[in-house]
Amino acid sequence: MEFKTSYDAIVVGAGMSGMAAAIRLAMFDRKVLLIEKHSIPGGLNSFYRRANRNLDVGLHALTNAVPKGTRGAPLTKLLKQLRIPYENLKLCPQTYSLIRFPEKTLSFSNDFNEFDELIKTTFPEQFSGWTNFVTAIKDFDETNLQNEYFSAKEKANEFLSDPLLIEMVFSPLMIYGSAWEHDMDWSQFVIMFKSIYLEGLGRPVGGVRTIIKLLTDKLKELNVDLRYSCELQSIESVDGKVSTVLLKDRKLGELSIQTQQVFSSIGLPETMDKTNHKEANIRAGNMSFTESIFFLKEKPRELGQNATLIFHNNRDQYLYQKPKTLIDDQSAVICLPNNYHDDNEFEEGIVRVTFMANNELWTNLSEEDYKAQKEIVSQKAKALVSTYFEKEATFIFDDTFTPKTVTRYTSHYAGAVYGSPDKTRDGKTAIDGLYITGTDQGFLGIVGAMLSGISMANYHGLQGGAQ
Amino acid sequence: MTATDVRTKVLDIIADIALDDDVTTIDDSVSLREQLDLDSMDFLDIVMELKKRHKVEVPQEDYPKLATMQSCVDYLSPKFQALA
Repeated sequence: MEFKTSYDAIVVGAGMSGMAAAIRLAMFDRKVLLIEKHSIPGGLNSFYRRANRNLDVGLHALTNAVPKGTRGAPLTKLLKQLRIPYENLKLCPQTYSLIRFPEKTLSFSNDFNEFDELIKTTFPEQFSGWTNFVTAIKDFDETNLQNEYFSAKEKANEFLSDPLLIEMVFSPLMIYGSAWEHDMDWSQFVIMFKSIYLEGLGRPVGGVRTIIKLLTDKLKELNVDLRYSCELQSIESVDGKVSTVLLKDRKLGELSIQTQQVFSSIGLPETMDKTNHKEANIRAGNMSFTESIFFLKEKPRELGQNATLIFHNNRDQYLYQKPKTLIDDQSAVICLPNNYHDDNEFEEGIVRVTFMANNELWTNLSEEDYKAQKEIVSQKAKALVSTYFEKEATFIFDDTFTPKTVTRYTSHYAGAVYGSPDKTRDGKTAIDGLYITGTDQGFLGIVGAMLSGISMANYHGLQGGAQ
Repeated sequence: MTATDVRTKVLDIIADIALDDDVTTIDDSVSLREQLDLDSMDFLDIVMELKKRHKVEVPQEDYPKLATMQSCVDYLSPKFQALA
């Protein structure tokens, strides 16, 4: 591609939200430039290849995995807005997932009634409160951009009195999206509750590559100028309005491009630091993770494990926080991609183990210690996984990434996977024409990220913005 | 341009938006929202597609006139005529 001297909109970051925003803007004839610092698309949900194997980053599961034709669901909305037929997503539902605490275990599938029934038998004295809690969740309009921020735990305490049930129900929702420690914003909790428990989990055959391919094909079809290895240097404004964007392109060097609108998916503090409106009070996020990926000779099913995801927690309380050590080895998510309903895709077994991790401690390690500690994490993950198998597994190959890896490839401050605890729900910033999409706008998960890009493009770019 | 032509143009747009719905069985006198999975975001898309493809503009206060296929044809026909 060749750069034009000006664009109607520049989208920063070719992750899920940035690609979705660019598609919507281009669909209605805006001239769009989409830049990505990394050499491939995807952002926090990307992929790599090692030892002749395809590995996914992010995407344990696609949330909101409703069946085709489900009216009014976020996934159907998203597909319609991007003009992608449901079948092209090749979505395969989960079997079931476990929430495993020392005292009790819960499981949930894509049939919410099963979860409901299980809560009735596991926490009988909580059931009437639970039913009212679920009604309050169903009735809440979580995507209203004017919603106030308040504590989901406080809300849960109005309905439920057993802390164990609250901890168990919160754990998958927090680790799949919360930028807050120990708690969630009520709107975000409702988004996650609906998208995981009420709608369900699935995986596109082919994993994150399938979604990325659908989006990049659209971008091509709509003639979006997509440029990899091209980094945002600064956003210039005149009289409080976006005027020019300075870029650093790996091949062409520094470039200055005119535009009136910038949609940034690189995070709220990360974006504001590229402007002359540096806002010191926007915090970087604390939540980062390690993930170890194992390839096994056997499939997990053959080893006696049929669950798709296991939310493992070795304490009565769920400590969703930045650990004081490199990782918190008492709590983990285990993802078994073979255990979606259709398992023709893989010849080997695959296991992914995620631990909460401390970014600073990882970043400050010497190169030698870093390697050694990665190996220790891998060994701990392997030991944990083995407790969930009935037979001994044959491990063939493994790889581990850390908060340091996340920072390096995504440029999110502090390797914060779910962004800043400070969100901008309407996407606006102190600068007119500069908007935030993605996790720091506040919709969660991959579906949420894409809906964020769509909503911000619609709201600011197509309905009220330039032109 | 005949009413049938206008209907075809509107149907083409709806088919591209509600791409997993069967649009061949639409009852022209029944609300589109009831028959198809269309929400307010989709109606905005219909309006934007009318402008993009046919230069036909629908002001916000007239959105209710797009409720059924019949009302779409009645409302849009003079607008298409004016452009012809």
